[in-house]
Amino acid sequence: MTTTEAPPEQERPIGFGRLLRKEDPRLIRGMGNFVDDIQLPGMLHLAILRSPMAHARIVSIDTSAAQAHPKVVAVITGADLAEQGLAWMPTLSNDTQAVLATDKVRFQHQEVAFVVAEDRYSARDALELIVVDYERLDPVIDVRTALNPDTPVIRDDLEGKTDNHIFDWETGDEAATAEVFNNADVVVSEEIIYPRVHPAPMETCGCVADVERVSGKLTLWCTTQAPHAHRTVYALVAGLPEHKIRIIAPDIGGGFGNKVPIYPGYVCAIVASLVIGKPVKWVEDRTENLVSTGFARDYIMKAEIAATKEGKILAVRSDVLADHGAFNGVAAPVKYPAGFFGVFTGSYDLEAAHAKMTAVYTNKAPGGVAYACSFRITEAVYMVERLVDCLAYELEMDPVELRLKNLLKPEQFPYTTKTGWVYDSGNYEPTMRKAMEIAGYEELRREQAEKRERGELMGIGVSFFTEAVGAGPRKDMDILGLGMADGCELRIHPTGKAVVRLSVKSQGQGHETTFAQIVAEEIGIPPEDIEVLEGDTDNTPFGLGTYGSRSTPVSGAAAALVTRKVRDKAQIIASGMLEVSVADLEWNKGSFSVKGDPSKSVTIQEIAMRAHGAGDLPEGIEGGLEAQICYNPSNLTYPFGAYICVVDIDPGTAVVKVRRFIAVDDCGTQINPMIIEGQVHGGLTDGVGMALMQMISFDEDGNCLAGSLMDYLIPTALETPDWETDSTVTPSPHHPIGAKGIGESATVGSPPAIVNAVVDALKPYGVRHADMPLTPSRVWEAMQGNHTPPI
Amino acid sequence: MQVNMTINGQEVSEEIEPRLLLVHFIRDSVGLTGTHWGCDTSNCGTCVVLVDGEPVKSCTMLAAMASGHEVTTVEGLEVDGVLDPVQEGFMQCHGLQCGFCTPGMMLTSKALLEKDPNPTDEVIREAISGQICRCTGYSTIVRSVHWAAEHQTAAPIGSAT
Repeated sequence: MTTTEAPPEQERPIGFGRLLRKEDPRLIRGMGNFVDDIQLPGMLHLAILRSPMAHARIVSIDTSAAQAHPKVVAVITGADLAEQGLAWMPTLSNDTQAVLATDKVRFQHQEVAFVVAEDRYSARDALELIVVDYERLDPVIDVRTALNPDTPVIRDDLEGKTDNHIFDWETGDEAATAEVFNNADVVVSEEIIYPRVHPAPMETCGCVADVERVSGKLTLWCTTQAPHAHRTVYALVAGLPEHKIRIIAPDIGGGFGNKVPIYPGYVCAIVASLVIGKPVKWVEDRTENLVSTGFARDYIMKAEIAATKEGKILAVRSDVLADHGAFNGVAAPVKYPAGFFGVFTGSYDLEAAHAKMTAVYTNKAPGGVAYACSFRITEAVYMVERLVDCLAYELEMDPVELRLKNLLKPEQFPYTTKTGWVYDSGNYEPTMRKAMEIAGYEELRREQAEKRERGELMGIGVSFFTEAVGAGPRKDMDILGLGMADGCELRIHPTGKAVVRLSVKSQGQGHETTFAQIVAEEIGIPPEDIEVLEGDTDNTPFGLGTYGSRSTPVSGAAAALVTRKVRDKAQIIASGMLEVSVADLEWNKGSFSVKGDPSKSVTIQEIAMRAHGAGDLPEGIEGGLEAQICYNPSNLTYPFGAYICVVDIDPGTAVVKVRRFIAVDDCGTQINPMIIEGQVHGGLTDGVGMALMQMISFDEDGNCLAGSLMDYLIPTALETPDWETDSTVTPSPHHPIGAKGIGESATVGSPPAIVNAVVDALKPYGVRHADMPLTPSRVWEAMQGNHTPPI
Repeated sequence: MQVNMTINGQEVSEEIEPRLLLVHFIRDSVGLTGTHWGCDTSNCGTCVVLVDGEPVKSCTMLAAMASGHEVTTVEGLEVDGVLDPVQEGFMQCHGLQCGFCTPGMMLTSKALLEKDPNPTDEVIREAISGQICRCTGYSTIVRSVHWAAEHQTAAPIGSAT
C-alpha cells in the first residue's frame, strides 16, 4: 500500500494519543526549509577566518590580497568592527565575547576576520589570502592549574582582571553536611569527570541576514532555538530597534542546546548585510561547529557520599572545578551560574547535602551548557548515580537494592531537597520495579554470575534519575533580565478551524503535532484543523524558546490555558445560543450541552461561527473567538526514570557492546506517546556516545583534537541496541495538563547507567570507577589497573 | 566545464567549475534542496543520493564524476503523487524527527530494499551504518524500513521515468 493519506486503521485522536506527525509530509519529500536552503536574489556568502593558535597576540592582519580577489565583496577584521563598537558582544551569562578578535585570540579557531564573496567557494578561497601575524602566548589548557599564580591571564580585556577565575558558587549546608560525614559508618570519595562533549546536530549553525535598505528592517533566518530572546539581545546589543528585527527560525536540523547562544557568525552576517546592502548567508562547516560553538559539560567533580553500614544514604557533597573556556558563554538563568547542578541530591532522601564550585577560564572554545543537559542536571545526575554505585561496591550490596532502600517515597511529595528544590510529584519504586521486570533483572544477575565463572565480562548498570525542567518561575529565573515565561495566542476562525502561535521553536521535537493535540484536547477541534505557528518573531508572541526541556512544561501549559480561556468565552456564547445560564452547560470535548438535556447542544464550530457572525452575542461579549496569555510557571516539573543497561566487554580487545537498554520514563501526562518514545530513543543514543565514544579533547598547545566526525565519534546504528522503553505516569500537580518535560531525560539518565554497567563488568578486576569516554583503550587501561583521568 | 546527467528522470545540463561537489551542484545549481550537507569528511551521510541506483555520499563526489549517470534524490522518491513505501514507512514508524538526515536514510533504505526485499534488523543496521541520525536512535528507522519491506509495491528506481 502506498498512499499519501494515513491508512484507515490509523487511530486519529482528538487530543492526546499516538498521532502521526504533521511535520512529516514535507520532510519525507525533501520539502523542508532549512536555513541553508534559503536562496535570495543577489545573496552573498560569508566565510570566517579562524585562529590556528589557542592563545596569541594579533600583531597584524593583511587583507589586501583577499580584497583583490575578483569575487570578493568585502573583508572585515576586528579592527573594522571595533570602529562601529561591534567587536565585542555580551554572552548569555553577562560576560563578553569577541565577535572578531582585536587584541589577541583566546582559543584555537576563534573568529579573526570574515570574507563576503559572490559564492561560497570563492569566500573560502579568499580566506587563504588573508595573512595574519600572530605572536604566540602560552596557552592555559590544564584546568587544574588555571588558577595558579604564574598562569597567564586569558581575559586581560576585562578591567582589573589578574587571574582566570570566573565565579565561586555553593549550595546546601556545609557544616551540617560535614557533621553527617564525620559520624557516618561509611564514606566513599571519588573524583568523577564529565568530559567536554558537543551536541553536533546534523545541521550546523548558520543564518541568512537581509537588511531592507529603505525601511532598515533586518530579517534574519537563523538556526535558533530561541528566536524572541535572540531578537531582544540584538536590540540591546547592537542598538537596532526591536520592531525592525525579524528573526525567522525555519526548519531546524536538530539543536540539543547547540542553537541557543548567539554566535559571532550571526553578528558578522548581520553586519555584512548592513554594510553591503545585500542578503548575506553564513553556514559553518562541521569543523567550525565542533571547535567553536557551544560545547557541554567539562566538570571535574570531587564527590563524596556518606551512609550507614546498612546502606541508608545520609549525605552527598562535592567540590567541582568547571572549565568554561575563554568566554563565559553558559546559557542558564542568571541567578544559576552553575545551572541546576543544585539538583545533585538525586532521587534520595538525604539528611544533608553541600556542593561548591569554581569556574575558570581556559584557552578553549566557550559554551558550557548544551547537549540536552537540563542546565547541568546531566552532570549532577551522573555524579550522584556513580556515587551510589561506588557505595554499593564498598557495601557489597546490589545497586538496585541500595537504590530501592533509599528512593523517596510517594507520600514525601512535594519534596523539598536539602538544597531547596521542590520536587513536584513522584512515585519512584514502581518505575524502578517496572524496569527490573522488563530487564528480567534477577535472571540477568544469574547469567552474569555464570559468565564470570567462565571469565566472560558482562555488566549490568542501573541509574535512577530525577530531572528538573521547565525553567522557570520568573521571580527566580531570567536570562539577561528576560523572565523565563512563554506567550501563546489562539484564534478560532469562523469555520471552527484554528491557529495557535507559540514562542518556542521545535528543532525536530514535533511541536506542530503535539501543540495541536494540546489545543485539541482542550477544545475538541481535531488536530488536523489546528495550525501551529512558531519560529517567526513577527507572527508569534514573546517567550524564551525551546531548551532545557521547557517547551511542554512552559509553552505547553500556556497552550492549554489559552485554550481554556477561549473555551470560557465559547461557553458564554453557547449560553446565549441555547438560552440557558452558563452554569447550566456542560462541556463534552467539542460541544456544550444543557445539563440533563444532551439533545440541546452546540458544537465549538457553531459557536465559532456565531462569535464571528451577525447575530447578537451575550451582553458584554465582544465578537471573535481568540485569546492570548503569558504563562509564568509556578515551579519546575520533575520527570524521573529508571534505566538498566546490559553490556558485554570483549576481554581481548576491551570493546564494549551495549547489548540491551531498558528505559522506563515518567514524564507525567503523555501528549503523544510516539513522540515521547522518539525523544527517549534519541537521548539514549546520546548517552552511548558520551559514555563510550566521544570527547572534545585538546593537546597541550590547545589544538582541538575533535574537529571532525572522524575524530569526534557519534553512535551509528551498529553501536546502539534496539531500545526497550516503557513508562509510568505520575502527573505534575501544578501543570495544567499534568505534563512534564521529556526532551532531555534520556541524555541525563543514560550515561550513568552505561558507565555503571561497564564498571560492573570490570568488577573482577577490582574497578570501582572509570571515567568517560569508555573507549576500548580506556577500558583496557582500567583492566590493567592504570586508568587515568581524561583531563 | 559542461556536465550532463539525469536527475530524477530529468536531463540536466550545466556549465560548472570542475571542482564543484555533487552535493552543491544538486542543491545550488539545480535547486533540489532536499539533499542536505552535514560534514566535510564523508562521515554523516546526510548527503546520500543514488547514482545509478547505488547510495553515494554526494559531498565526496565531484559533479563532473556524475556526468553521464543517473542520479536519484529524495525529490525523486514520490512518483506521480504516490509516495514510495520507504517514505510512508518513515512517517508511520516515526523514523524521523528533525528530518535532516532523513533524505539520505530513505535513499539508502530504498537501495537496500531493491537488493534485499526482506532484510533483517542486522542487515538494515549495517546498510545505514555509514549515516548518522542524532534524533531517533535508529530503532524507529529500522522499524520504518521493515514497514516499507512489508508494503513493497513501488516500482524500482528508473522504471517510472
